[in-house]
Amino acid sequence: RAMELPPGRVPAGRVAAVAAGFVRFQRGSPARALALRALRGVRAQDIKDVGHKYYLDLELEDVLDKDSTVNCSAEVLYHLGNKNIAPDVQFTLEGELKSTEEADHRFYTRIRSLEKELVAENIPDSHGHVPPELEPIHLLAWVASGYVIWQNSTENTQLQLAQIKHVKQVKRSDEYLQFDYVVLLHEMVSQEMIPWEMTVLWHPRDGVQVTRDSRQPGH
Amino acid sequence: DQVLHIVPESIQQVQHLQHLCSTLLLDLWKPLMPEDIRAGEELHIRVPAPLLSEVKHSLDQHMISYRVLIPDVQEFVDKSMPRERSSQGQGREGYVYTEYHPMKEIYQWMTQIQQNYSELVTQHLLGMTFENRPMYYLQISQPSNKAKKIIWMDCGIHAREWISPAFCQWFVKEILQNYKSDPKISRFLQNLDIYVLPVLNIDGYIYSWERDRLWRKNRSPYQNGTCSGTDLNRNFNSSWGSIGVSFNCTSDVFCGSGPESEPETRAVAQFIREKKSDIVCYLTIHSYGQLILTPYGSTTKPPSNNEELMQVGQKAAAALKGKYGTSYKVGPPSLILYNNSGSSQDWTHMIGIPLSYTFELRDNGTYGFILPPNQIQPTCEETM
Repeated sequence: RAMELPPGRVPAGRVAAVAAGFVRFQRGSPARALALRALRGVRAQDIKDVGHKYYLDLELEDVLDKDSTVNCSAEVLYHLGNKNIAPDVQFTLEGELKSTEEADHRFYTRIRSLEKELVAENIPDSHGHVPPELEPIHLLAWVASGYVIWQNSTENTQLQLAQIKHVKQVKRSDEYLQFDYVVLLHEMVSQEMIPWEMTVLWHPRDGVQVTRDSRQPGH
Repeated sequence: DQVLHIVPESIQQVQHLQHLCSTLLLDLWKPLMPEDIRAGEELHIRVPAPLLSEVKHSLDQHMISYRVLIPDVQEFVDKSMPRERSSQGQGREGYVYTEYHPMKEIYQWMTQIQQNYSELVTQHLLGMTFENRPMYYLQISQPSNKAKKIIWMDCGIHAREWISPAFCQWFVKEILQNYKSDPKISRFLQNLDIYVLPVLNIDGYIYSWERDRLWRKNRSPYQNGTCSGTDLNRNFNSSWGSIGVSFNCTSDVFCGSGPESEPETRAVAQFIREKKSDIVCYLTIHSYGQLILTPYGSTTKPPSNNEELMQVGQKAAAALKGKYGTSYKVGPPSLILYNNSGSSQDWTHMIGIPLSYTFELRDNGTYGFILPPNQIQPTCEETM
């Protein structure tokens, strides 16, 4: 299907990144991060006194299994006026996603049984490598970044996770796993690398939560 | 090929797994023999790609849960043996094209290439960087008595876009290894000379290896040394400083103190100005975004030969997609990316070079600038 976006509108890639980030956050786990494979179609609509709405057809892929793709239709509404309100996103996925119960359970058990709190840096490393045992930590950051990207996107920005600078596990008295991350988000329009702190909570039974996030100065 | 991790929960599941292993001749990594499969003990089994969906379907049907331990066995192997001799990933000179190389090795590579293909290749000095390093380009030119037009390609104008210099090196290797055997390439070289600058922003590239992987600009200091770096792709004399830039040197899109204020920009601009009547096509390689960009970034007003530019661009995108299904979008940055001014692409078109393109290579943002080396080969193959 051809692009239906009229010229002069926001580049479709920006809207697709927000939608994909939101879906990734809603459906993510340390064993599942969905990424944008392709944007199949987009349509824009001006809603008077409310904002700009975009209808998107996306193809998403599982970063762990590139052959596994799923079609997604999404709606993104950027609100007029107050730029501090996150865009509204709704989506539907075609078909079922493979269960990650087994992998989630194993990761949960492994981390809970660690004597020393996990600490790591530079994921991936400069060459793009991630040690296999840190891959779930990587995925968790990808998923959590979907939340931060969604909450902080406007029509003039496009955010992507560039790298995890630092991650530290924080042991808790309840059943949740907690990881404190410092990540670098790449803002495409200004080309800036923005350090961002995020506190991420997870349990196999629940989705991923970002309980605290804050943008840091300079890179 | 994938390696699956399975923990059978019952005798029936064990029997089914043993059956699958022997009938499909699957490669059991753990345990060693099908007879040793036990309920409650983990199984690692390598499934060749063509059998994957059949095996997974069969597991689903028998309610056997599994997870993918290694999603791509080849990739896993390559990662653990970086010096592996793969026939396409290596050149005659033993250089591994499916890895990222530091600048020192790229300098050595250029010397080697010129020696190995001296009938076709000459290395020339374009200019010096801010930190006084030589900027070399390779001229690929088949000796002939007719004057030939030029295609210019530069890579690595932005330090962190490592896939870009990797592509320039791959490109040179492909042309030189195949010009005798591939009729398309030999016809190409009969009519055209190719000039390749593998790393334009050498100082920045080195800095991204040694200090900051995500650095973008060059390394010239401003404000009494309190901040450094100009975005070289905002520093050309095309509507310089008008839009999509910053005048603050801490910004990643700082456009410099004036058009061509940077030695790297001047080196490229001087050369292209001199040769402009012979250059038919200017290509500059970046990442990421999967885009083929046409002029202009500073205005939405289309260039005079927009139709031709778009047509050629669309053809390129279609050919690219034909290889691995990767989709690229075609159009001017002002419409499909963001406004910018002072870009090399805009400048070369404005001085009269008809076909001027910026390629934004893989990916879509998943890995972004830190593209894993296992994507070097497919990215380069599809872009060729």
